[in-house]
Amino acid sequence: MSPAAVIVERRLPRLLSGVGERSMVGLDDHVAVHGPLPDLRRVAPEQLIELVEAAGLRGHGGASFPVARKLRAVASRRGTAVVVANGAEGEPASKKDRALIRQAPHLVLDGAAVVARAVGAREAIVAVSSEDQKGLRSLDAALRQRRAARPRTDPKFELFEIEPRYLAGQESALVAALNGGSAAPTFGPRPFERGVRRRPTLVQNVETLAHVGLIARHGAAWFRQLGTPVDPGSALITLSGAVASPGVYEIDHGMPLSELLDAAGVRESPAAVLVGGYFGTWLPASVAYEVRLAAESLADYGATLGAGVIVVLGPEACPVAETSAVAGFFAAESAGQCGPCVNGLDAIASTVQQLATGTAGQAALSDLERWAHDLRRRGACQHPDGAIRFVTSALRAFAPEFRDHARRGPCDRCAGPAVLPAPIRARGQR
Amino acid sequence: MRLRVNPIQCVAHGLCAELLPEAVRLDDWGYPIVDDGDLAPELVDLARRAADACPTLALLLESQRK
Repeated sequence: MSPAAVIVERRLPRLLSGVGERSMVGLDDHVAVHGPLPDLRRVAPEQLIELVEAAGLRGHGGASFPVARKLRAVASRRGTAVVVANGAEGEPASKKDRALIRQAPHLVLDGAAVVARAVGAREAIVAVSSEDQKGLRSLDAALRQRRAARPRTDPKFELFEIEPRYLAGQESALVAALNGGSAAPTFGPRPFERGVRRRPTLVQNVETLAHVGLIARHGAAWFRQLGTPVDPGSALITLSGAVASPGVYEIDHGMPLSELLDAAGVRESPAAVLVGGYFGTWLPASVAYEVRLAAESLADYGATLGAGVIVVLGPEACPVAETSAVAGFFAAESAGQCGPCVNGLDAIASTVQQLATGTAGQAALSDLERWAHDLRRRGACQHPDGAIRFVTSALRAFAPEFRDHARRGPCDRCAGPAVLPAPIRARGQR
Repeated sequence: MRLRVNPIQCVAHGLCAELLPEAVRLDDWGYPIVDDGDLAPELVDLARRAADACPTLALLLESQRK
């Protein structure tokens, strides 16, 4: 993987400060770059929640949920809470969480310590994909450094290897795995109500925690020096596809997408840009050059930054073949528990593939439309909803291409290399 | 009161749509799609009967808060 890069701007980087080409920022360097974490024993839990609330921090795992609300929900439950730092990063096109875990593990652990104090937890579990052995080694080394340096302000940390599946990072699936089951979403009480060992459980994405680590040091006003009113602060972006310098970037929320694309060297005018990852939205090139990377601006086009995945589709790629591959991936990555998801995503994947190969029947498009409508909110988790969002956005953005494939079959570009990674290719998808 | 389906429990017996077609229809694979929002008061008893009849207890009749 390429080293984390940074957009050169006065007040950036934040999370990636001191990272550079280093494989991992050790504890001494971490404190030298960011300053020491305040003594959490001297800060009241409610004060920490108010601080995060004033900062306006939202989750960076995909759902953009206000962090203070989640903290409060967990803190208000009876029973000692548990914190889970979610570094599962199941999305194939996302690399930012592993970059952070590998290179700046102390920032993540700082944030976990802060939220543990805020919700009254004495233990924090850091969950990382079992495929990310480098990340696990970094965290292990960081934990040893912390134990040697100042064992008292930290909660009891534990590392957990989670199976490398798309859905493993879904909150309830992660909690199920931590409770000894398989990493499949559950129906019923939410993790904040009943999570790890039936305790109220705060699950936060590792990048979100890293922001908390900085907010605890520098305050809410500092945090809001970057970003927009709805989307304050900075964000890590995983940029891939038709760009000269793919990789992980830290951006100021509100920055024009065009600026990021220019900085990363987008070679030719792209066909479209996927914003928000596999649960995200395709923006045609004309829109991509208008939009800013903040919730307010993206909302105008029905998009969100999600977990910060941006993929540029170049003119040499076939959007129909890409959509078909990802639709197959969605079907294959269903946990297989809910009928609407199992049947619906399978039907969607087959139909999209038939459209791509010119073998679809007359009803294909109206079938897809009906399923997209009927499947909404009918899984135990949001997996079918995300899949529908991706596919309908592709059908809209690439309507002429889909029509062309439906009529004439595969195009010259169909056989080209895939831009969107779809590691599990089921049932002969591409 | 409103209806909710536990999608993990549901195996598409389809009894709910038979007993309560006013608020439940089936998708292309026979799984129920229940109406969003409040049940009309006159349907509540029928809904309770449908929930009780579900062989996997996947149809839930819930009161508002949540």
